[in-house]
Amino acid sequence: MDIFKKLKKYYWPYKRFLILSLISMLFVTVITAAYPVVLQLTIDEVIYPGNFELIPMIVIAFILLMSIKALTVFTQQYLGDLFGISTVYNVRDDLYKKLQRLSFKYYDNAKTGDLMSRLTADVEGFRFFLSFGFAELLRVFSMVTVSLAVMLYYSVPLALVTIAVMPFLAVSVYMFDKRVHPAFLGIRRSFGRMNTRVQENISGMNTVKSLSREDFEIGRYEDKGENYREHYIKTAKIWAKYMPFMEFVGNVSVVALLAYGGYLVMQGSLQPGELAAFFSLVWMFLGPLMNFGFVVNMFSQAKASGERLLEVLESDLELDDRIEPKGESVKGHVTFNDVTLTYVEDDDEALKDISFDAPPGKVVGLIGATGSGKSSITQLMTRFYQPDKGEVLIDGKPTAEYSLKDLRQHIGFVLQEPFLFSTTIKENISYGNPEASMDDIIDAAKRAQAHDFIMDMPNGYDTLLGERGMGLSGGQKQRISIARALLINPSILVLDDATSAVDMQTEFKIQSALKEVMHDRTTFIIAHRISSLKHADEILVLDDGEIVERGKHDFLLQNNGPYQRIYDIQYQDKEAILGKQHV
Amino acid sequence: MATETRKESPHLKRFHYTQDVAVDKPFNWQQLVRLLEYLKPYAKTILPIAIIAMLVSTVVRIVVPILIGTVAFDMAIENHDANLLMQLIVGIAILYGLSYIGNMVRIKYVNLLGQNVIYDLRKHLFSHVQRLSNRFFDNRSAGSIIVRIMNDINSLQELFTNGIINLIMDVITITTIIIILFVLSPELAAAVVIIIPIMFYISTRLRKNIRRSWQQVRIQQSRLNSHLNESIQGIRITQSFAQEKENTEFFDGVNSDNYANWKNATRKSAMFRPFVEMSNAFGVAILLAFGSFLIINGNVTVGVFITFALFMNMFWEPISRLGQMYNQLLMAMSASERIFEFLDEEPNVKEKEDAKSLDDIEGHIEFDQVQFAYDEERIALHEISLEMKPGQSVALVGHTGSGKTTIANLINRFYDPTKGAVKVDGHDLRDVKLDDLRQKISVVLQDTFIFSGTIMENIRFGRPDATDEEVIEAAKVVGADDFIQRLAEGYETEVEERGNILSAGERQLLSFARALLADPKIIILDEATASIDTETEVKIQKALKRLLSGRTSIIIAHRLSTIRDSDNIIVLEHGKILEQGNHDELMEKQGEYYGLVKSQFQMLDDL
Repeated sequence: MDIFKKLKKYYWPYKRFLILSLISMLFVTVITAAYPVVLQLTIDEVIYPGNFELIPMIVIAFILLMSIKALTVFTQQYLGDLFGISTVYNVRDDLYKKLQRLSFKYYDNAKTGDLMSRLTADVEGFRFFLSFGFAELLRVFSMVTVSLAVMLYYSVPLALVTIAVMPFLAVSVYMFDKRVHPAFLGIRRSFGRMNTRVQENISGMNTVKSLSREDFEIGRYEDKGENYREHYIKTAKIWAKYMPFMEFVGNVSVVALLAYGGYLVMQGSLQPGELAAFFSLVWMFLGPLMNFGFVVNMFSQAKASGERLLEVLESDLELDDRIEPKGESVKGHVTFNDVTLTYVEDDDEALKDISFDAPPGKVVGLIGATGSGKSSITQLMTRFYQPDKGEVLIDGKPTAEYSLKDLRQHIGFVLQEPFLFSTTIKENISYGNPEASMDDIIDAAKRAQAHDFIMDMPNGYDTLLGERGMGLSGGQKQRISIARALLINPSILVLDDATSAVDMQTEFKIQSALKEVMHDRTTFIIAHRISSLKHADEILVLDDGEIVERGKHDFLLQNNGPYQRIYDIQYQDKEAILGKQHV
Repeated sequence: MATETRKESPHLKRFHYTQDVAVDKPFNWQQLVRLLEYLKPYAKTILPIAIIAMLVSTVVRIVVPILIGTVAFDMAIENHDANLLMQLIVGIAILYGLSYIGNMVRIKYVNLLGQNVIYDLRKHLFSHVQRLSNRFFDNRSAGSIIVRIMNDINSLQELFTNGIINLIMDVITITTIIIILFVLSPELAAAVVIIIPIMFYISTRLRKNIRRSWQQVRIQQSRLNSHLNESIQGIRITQSFAQEKENTEFFDGVNSDNYANWKNATRKSAMFRPFVEMSNAFGVAILLAFGSFLIINGNVTVGVFITFALFMNMFWEPISRLGQMYNQLLMAMSASERIFEFLDEEPNVKEKEDAKSLDDIEGHIEFDQVQFAYDEERIALHEISLEMKPGQSVALVGHTGSGKTTIANLINRFYDPTKGAVKVDGHDLRDVKLDDLRQKISVVLQDTFIFSGTIMENIRFGRPDATDEEVIEAAKVVGADDFIQRLAEGYETEVEERGNILSAGERQLLSFARALLADPKIIILDEATASIDTETEVKIQKALKRLLSGRTSIIIAHRLSTIRDSDNIIVLEHGKILEQGNHDELMEKQGEYYGLVKSQFQMLDDL
């Protein structure tokens, strides 16, 4: 119940929907139970005694009752649904806001698939319970109580005979639910596995075709397909075992009713109409009981879903952004003083005692093996992570004293993986600066050497990109993301391996353009190719989170360190190729 | 609600997601017949058993109310005939027993039927898709293909499981009940069956309307989910550019639209049952009034009246299900149309009936006046002729779109040339067996696909019958053994496509091991441009040499070192060969290649 209490702020504002829906539900139940009563009255009070003048009254009363029922059926269902969807509207909004603000650290450990299933399946599970669950729970109780009361009113012994089957029903409902839910879970999991199989096969189709592994793949798929079928049939067998049995139990009750009730009628202690009414009442009583397991299960699933939603809603933001954006401008002077960073507690440091100073106009190059800490340095400037020790200063002020918006608006980031959104090229370039004019957008694209290929596309800047920038080559995606970073007119520009898929000539052109724009600002270049960063004012060579070498290209070439070794490997080609050509 | 900000926010259109349009397909009988053909294998086994079981329980359901009304009330109770009542009770108990068995058999067999048909259909589709050519995959996103194999087929599941059997059952139930009612009392029957057309009308028309609004909700919902998915994947970009607020405004818009649509659909749905209740009440009212009138006149007995009352409650269920069935059929039509569209797709690259098998080859490749166009306006290769000798390494050099990849795709017969012929050891590729050909050729792609499973399984993908020792040997040869041994579980480490256990360079090495294990005569290699650090790069270069030795290799090259070491360099532009020769020859010639090499190094020195 704790979970429902914690989520109260999402659904309690709509409590009037719930209450009205539940009141309607009570009306519906009572009127439903009135149907057999009307039948009984017609038979016993009208037909047998021959009081046919009562007919119009009964018919009118019946129509009236049913009209009320129709109305309440509507309000019960509609308001119940409204209660659920209104709540979910709020939950979604809050979840989204939360997701926008969760830290990089959170996303480092989160899986998209898991988050998505919380945002879809769990939100839906929770809504389903709010919309139907409460009402269903009340319906089971009220239906059973009312129909039992009517039966008892008509005849206590006959009512007792009817409910005598209840223990059998209770046991089979319990057994059925205990077995069928794991079986359903089995079906879902098996479907999930089959889905993964097919997904991998289609996504990896190039690999499959190039190694001619189609038959092998069909075999692998068949295993999963068969498994799914087996799971489904297994569940159907459970269904086939219990469902007919439950119906049989109800039918036994009908037979008992007919035997004992017929005897009572013949004896004269029961009216024939009352017996006829019992045939309807017995299903009103037993039907909801068969459903009871379903309701209980829905409740426990909603609880689990609510818990998974709360995990997201209550997760720690890691860094607080309490400072209001002031529209502060940033010149771009970056200073690191003995900065140490650890991603996961008790793990090795990702950065150890890093210090450097980069005034506006300076170009800093970062080089080193995968995992040496190059990206970590740049990600500290935008406060994607926070240092454990030391300070990161922008224009002499610690990053924590800026509002995130002010800080990040002045840092242009081109990340290793050039993620593009499903929208037009134009919207993608202006992503960080939605107010930018078309001229500015074209200007940025030209500098990033993207303008020409964009103009070659059928719709130019209005070309729609599919999910993950489908239809563009890696180099084209990189160039668009460089344009995107340039358009915010950054004081600090970070190029994290941003031109790895771009050919050398184009890279050269981009570099010349950047040189022009960034002459009074700060640039960070992360690269594996020496050619990408040899022009830097300072090159930091990283190994295992430490700066092992620093200085200009010419100096490092003579330093007998790792930089020189990287150079030798990359440029042995040059010598071999050009040595004898004297170019 | 957030309607206020919605009007003002300029960010409501910042993302675009492809939207389905809800269209109702006209009912297509041919398609239904084609679909029903999948029942054929079970027409003599599962299907009749399911139908018989269904008939048993249906008959019991119809007979019992008659027995209770006309026999129990009118004969036994009316005449105080305890004996008859006893016999009747025994009879009904036996009937219920039969119905119990019937139900068990029915539930089991309809599911057997449904699952077998769905299994067959999906297997058919999956296997068919495997055989389709690259051109098919070029034009479609992976997602849209997966949706057809998984979701569209699943939406036929209910039709084949309960749908068809229920259709038969419901038609029988309704007609039998109507007949019985008319036999019992034609006047009363005529009066109460008025509600049947009303119920039919509600069940189909109203439902159609409701279904449309739910379709709208689903479309909105998939838009919302697409955005959620994308916003999670692009979160780092969003946060770097401080666009959280703007995105939230966009989401608010989508969320509010979704809310409004949902509210509309749920309102329509909620009107459904009240209409049903009212039409039912109308029928009962007729029964009460006219029924009693007939009883006074002595035309009808009390038992018949009770039988009618019990049957009145049994009308709605089958009629409602028939209405649902109609909807289900419409949905099945649109799903099966999409499925059949794939099944009717012919592979572009087809094996001849009398294709020759290709046993051992030397690895000699020849292009004879080959022209190729992806579509009519876009010619990718202009009548190219070239020769690759066994064991030779050939580098293809040129810009994006110059035709490098096309040449590689033609050798592998991913496509057939529009003009001319590609030959391996003198055989036109169109004359040999496809499997044989591809077994002799391995393609190592730039983006190595990692299947979920262990490293061992991933390497073994190159040759499924390889032993563990052979896999490890292949890994050792390409120098992948080192990093694999360093992983927590070595070769048994579980990896997956989106996992981050392997770096770009390591994935490359894995694909080399995979290709080596396949032991091809010809290797086509698309050199990776991804960011790989220099140390790993060195390892890759070494592995490459081992992989290529003794095989004909075609390399789509990006690195000068690879190009220089090749026996033959082909420089391409706009689908034409500009020049070819080895490095020294081309440098000597001072042509296009010389310019390319020179300009690259000059640029570096200028910076």
